[in-house]
Amino acid sequence: MAMLGSAQLPAETCTPGAVSTAPVTKLAPRHSALVRVTHWIITLCFFALLVTGIEIVISHPRFYWGETGTDLTTPLFQLPIPSSRALVPTGYGYVLPDQNGWSRALHFEAAWIAVLTGLLYVLSGLLTGHFRKNLLPSKADFSWRALLTSFTKHLRLERPSEAEASSYNVLQRLTYLFVIVMLFPLVIWSGLAMSLAFASAFPWSVALLGGRQSARTIHFFVSLALVLFLFVHVAMVWFAGFWNRTGAMITGRTATRKEHA
Amino acid sequence: MINFSRRKLLVSGLAATAGASGLAAAARLARKYGLVPPDYGGIYGLGETLTYASQRLLTRHSLAREFPRSLISPRPFPNELAPLTEEFKRLQAGRFADWRLSVDGLVAEPASFSIADLKSYPSRSHITELACEEGWSYIAEWIGVPLSHVLNLVGVHPQAKYVVYASMEPDTWDSIDIADALHPQTFLCYGMNGSDLPVPHGGPLRIRLPRQVGYKNKKFITQLTVTDNLKRFGKGLGCVDAEYGYAWYAGI
Repeated sequence: MAMLGSAQLPAETCTPGAVSTAPVTKLAPRHSALVRVTHWIITLCFFALLVTGIEIVISHPRFYWGETGTDLTTPLFQLPIPSSRALVPTGYGYVLPDQNGWSRALHFEAAWIAVLTGLLYVLSGLLTGHFRKNLLPSKADFSWRALLTSFTKHLRLERPSEAEASSYNVLQRLTYLFVIVMLFPLVIWSGLAMSLAFASAFPWSVALLGGRQSARTIHFFVSLALVLFLFVHVAMVWFAGFWNRTGAMITGRTATRKEHA
Repeated sequence: MINFSRRKLLVSGLAATAGASGLAAAARLARKYGLVPPDYGGIYGLGETLTYASQRLLTRHSLAREFPRSLISPRPFPNELAPLTEEFKRLQAGRFADWRLSVDGLVAEPASFSIADLKSYPSRSHITELACEEGWSYIAEWIGVPLSHVLNLVGVHPQAKYVVYASMEPDTWDSIDIADALHPQTFLCYGMNGSDLPVPHGGPLRIRLPRQVGYKNKKFITQLTVTDNLKRFGKGLGCVDAEYGYAWYAGI
């Protein structure tokens, strides 16, 4: 991993600035073991949930608002894709194979593992101060000017500075916090609200979302937001140095420049 | 380099042993309290067991949401039906006067009921949502006799754990645990929205479980078998759907 990390260092690292003392790379601690393990478990679960979620949507690619909705009622919108069930009026002359059995089983199993892993992450994040130290923006960071600077840097696709390789910038902090405290809880809530048994124990969980079909539609859009986050996340990792950053999330260490004294 | 000291090895060994025995104890407890579904095997067994166990603990007595009459869907959606058998068509021609529901297994007195018999018992109704695992749902008024009423009539043995129900449709049977069988909203349903249950919706007799998704609400019910062991039925997974990858417990 050290090799991979150093191979992707910015070009200026290798310029012979200090003639006699060649710069060497040092592996500085970056992510704790718990953050790394939970990150990759949730990554795996996320892909399982995404694939199976798409499979389940294919069996009824129509969305409604309110409590009910069937092929006999007007949808809010319909995805322009074929379906795995014959009765859905898709406009396509064929029916895809039904994959809902294993898709539902894997969807719920991956959800269980993701939620339990996520709980472990949140608990330890609160206890170790990971949220406070690494994710909560500092007061200075939270000014409009700092936000704007960070925003324009991102828009220009500027390579992050060395300092940023060992910490998160303000936009990263806000995005990660938004995903952790808004998108994940909302996708879990809207998913559970679709469970008839869960709704029998907690009827308000459906009522607050505007009904069972509203919960399903919200679940769909929050999932889309999470997929969008995934794309931006991977793109940012790419611009920042894919192997260095990915290596840091695997080994826990990041390559930083260290000059001999 | 990661340095494995003796101490670290010892601590991780102890933690692993504690974890494994903790899991074993949890599994024993779950089995004792009936929290393990019959289709617990295979790679999805963990998820099925967690869902069933948690929902069984959470929802043993909770009631499915009921709705005001104004929310009844004007056009309840009848989904795909397998071609009706010759026997079904013969019974339909006789307006289901000869339809029989037989009840056997771990009961004091095995019995058989006609639709008229079932209609002579106190009738109950609820306005609940039928939701399909595909995603669609509608609300209807469901009329029938609580399954618990019929089970009380035949006298269920105390060791009973499940009720297996079979349909007139070929190769169609399913089962529920006793908690669901005795649940006040679990009906042998013969009516819908004020009239007889239409054939596309499972008439003359359908099982109605408003806390589980559509495929557990089997149509054309002809037989109930009370049992303490689902291993004896089919491949032992609790329902024929589980043999095709669909979960036995479908509260989600």
